[in-house]
Amino acid sequence: MSSTDTTTDQRSDAVSGRSILLDQVTKRYPGQDRPAVDGITLEIPEGKIVMLVGPSGCGKTTTLKMINRLIEPSEGRIVLGGDDVTGIDGDELRRRIGYVIQAGGLFPHMTVAKNIGLVPGMLGWSKERTAARVDELLELVSLDPAVYRDRYPRELSGGQQQRVGVARALAADPPVLLMDEPFGAVDPITRQRLQDELINIQAELQKTIVIVTHDFDEAVKLGDWIVVFSEGAHIVQYDTPERILAEPANEFVERFIGSGAGLKQLTLTRVRDVELADAVTVRPGERASDVLSRLDAAGHGHAVVVDDRGRPLRWPSRRELAQAQVVPEGRDEALPVVGQGATLNDALDTMLVSSAGAAVVTGRRDAFVGVITVEVVMEAITSARRGAAAEASDAPVGTNTGSLEGLGQESGAAPGADGGSAS
Amino acid sequence: MTAARRALLVQPLAVLLVLAGFVVWLRTADLTAGERTTLNPSDLLAYTGEHLALTFVSAVIVLVVALPLGVLLTRGPFRRVSGPVLAVANVGQAAPAIGLVVLLAAWLGYNFRAAVVALVLYAVLPVLRNTMIGLQSVDPRLVEAGRGMGMSSSRVLFSVELPLAVPVMLSGIRTALVLLVGSAALATFIGAGGLGLLITTGVNLFLPRVLVSGALLIALLALLIDWVGRVVEHVARPKGLSPA
Repeated sequence: MSSTDTTTDQRSDAVSGRSILLDQVTKRYPGQDRPAVDGITLEIPEGKIVMLVGPSGCGKTTTLKMINRLIEPSEGRIVLGGDDVTGIDGDELRRRIGYVIQAGGLFPHMTVAKNIGLVPGMLGWSKERTAARVDELLELVSLDPAVYRDRYPRELSGGQQQRVGVARALAADPPVLLMDEPFGAVDPITRQRLQDELINIQAELQKTIVIVTHDFDEAVKLGDWIVVFSEGAHIVQYDTPERILAEPANEFVERFIGSGAGLKQLTLTRVRDVELADAVTVRPGERASDVLSRLDAAGHGHAVVVDDRGRPLRWPSRRELAQAQVVPEGRDEALPVVGQGATLNDALDTMLVSSAGAAVVTGRRDAFVGVITVEVVMEAITSARRGAAAEASDAPVGTNTGSLEGLGQESGAAPGADGGSAS
Repeated sequence: MTAARRALLVQPLAVLLVLAGFVVWLRTADLTAGERTTLNPSDLLAYTGEHLALTFVSAVIVLVVALPLGVLLTRGPFRRVSGPVLAVANVGQAAPAIGLVVLLAAWLGYNFRAAVVALVLYAVLPVLRNTMIGLQSVDPRLVEAGRGMGMSSSRVLFSVELPLAVPVMLSGIRTALVLLVGSAALATFIGAGGLGLLITTGVNLFLPRVLVSGALLIALLALLIDWVGRVVEHVARPKGLSPA
């Protein structure tokens, strides 16, 4: 318990999340001799993304749903930011915890605004405050409020529905967000974009986020910490993505990582961690010859057209500019764009698909921040291989059975406690 | 949507047209004295009134009984019996209505009350069945999403499950109403009146034109009720659901 208290005290203003502690939590279903979740003790640090991964039926979803008590634990305690919430009213608890399911789970008979405004409504917010919050959240998930506010879910694409699902979960600004396979139902390109957006949102909000996924690559990409489960929600390894890739606890984890662990290292470095190239930003309608002379003055070849919110629209080459009178308008759908939170793997993918050899990087709310080139990616790979993953000193506790105090000592000896050695 | 609206307009127009034709025929046709007495306008209105009374009293009782029961049978512990109940409902639907009417009359007496009880028993099934099916076909993930954001189970029922089940439930209610209008014709066998009287009179006294008039009026009434049901379905369908 002491470890939770200290982290709570050290909470900075920037972090809006709260820590979660599952204390020896067990779930037994009647008529089954083996518990679905067996005496799990799991510490989830505030303001971090923790990924629960494991084969299907391993109890990871049950574990997640016990945090907001959608599934009531048979034994054990749930502690949210220092408060024991095991006994409080479940509905009241769930209003304080954001919950996102696959495909968003939007109510089809309510507009986007109504869906998002549900929890604020239950909490008794005024209409004006709710409406303002809805618009704010739609902006946050990169949907234009004027366009999408009054639409019904049926009129949205899968990715847009998922975005609204995230906005709905964030509506009452809960400190904790639980996501159950959130990006499982969308195509790979949309999934990558949604993941990038989640990373950007998290950089802004610093919630405590717990995500269940069966996709190990997603876990590596999104997670600050990854919990690898085997059957009965036994924690096999609880560690940073770097260390799980570099030092899998046992053969089970190795098999779960799958082949190509070396290439997966690419997903460990994010675009924001490498040095980006600068570019000249211009607005549509500017004179092309002016832009060309500015390019010459700046000494590099990239001119990026941005809209009034600084979002990149297109990327004319010098030759295009030389032929045109003014900077062209409209958005180029083929423009290679990656978010700042995207991994180098995603960035490389994007470049290869567009065969551009470089990609435009966007930051908060899709605003342009720079350009990433193939050379930068290659350099990052070589340096990542040199710098071996350093051991984490602030590893949270995760184990099965046994008291937390006893394991605190053990995890000192072996950071990222290993269920195999503990049980 | 416009095609559906047009269909909604055509039905009452057709009913009115046929009704107008019937009235014209009634005034101009060369009827026998017996036929004229049976088919006099004030009696026809009275029969129609009785018929509608039977239908609506039964319908109200059906709704009051079947809707809450359907909801209850899809809740927690009762869910286990919902399968058997649905099976019984399906079998019950196949039982002949005339048998039910006569059996109940033998027990409860030859009157309005017995007719209403028989009609209720007969029409409760489609409403009950569609209420249960409508609620059961709501995506369980939506229920979970509702609970997951802190809605109480009754709030999930009233703001998620029931609105989404409305189209299926209303179509069950419409089926029941049409069934009631048709079956109410049998009430005449136990002396409870209604337009069925024209049919029995027509058969007993061998007045085919009276018989056909009765059948026609019942059919028109059923079509009209069906239309009202369709209009309600159209209006009450929650926005945002894909058109049926």
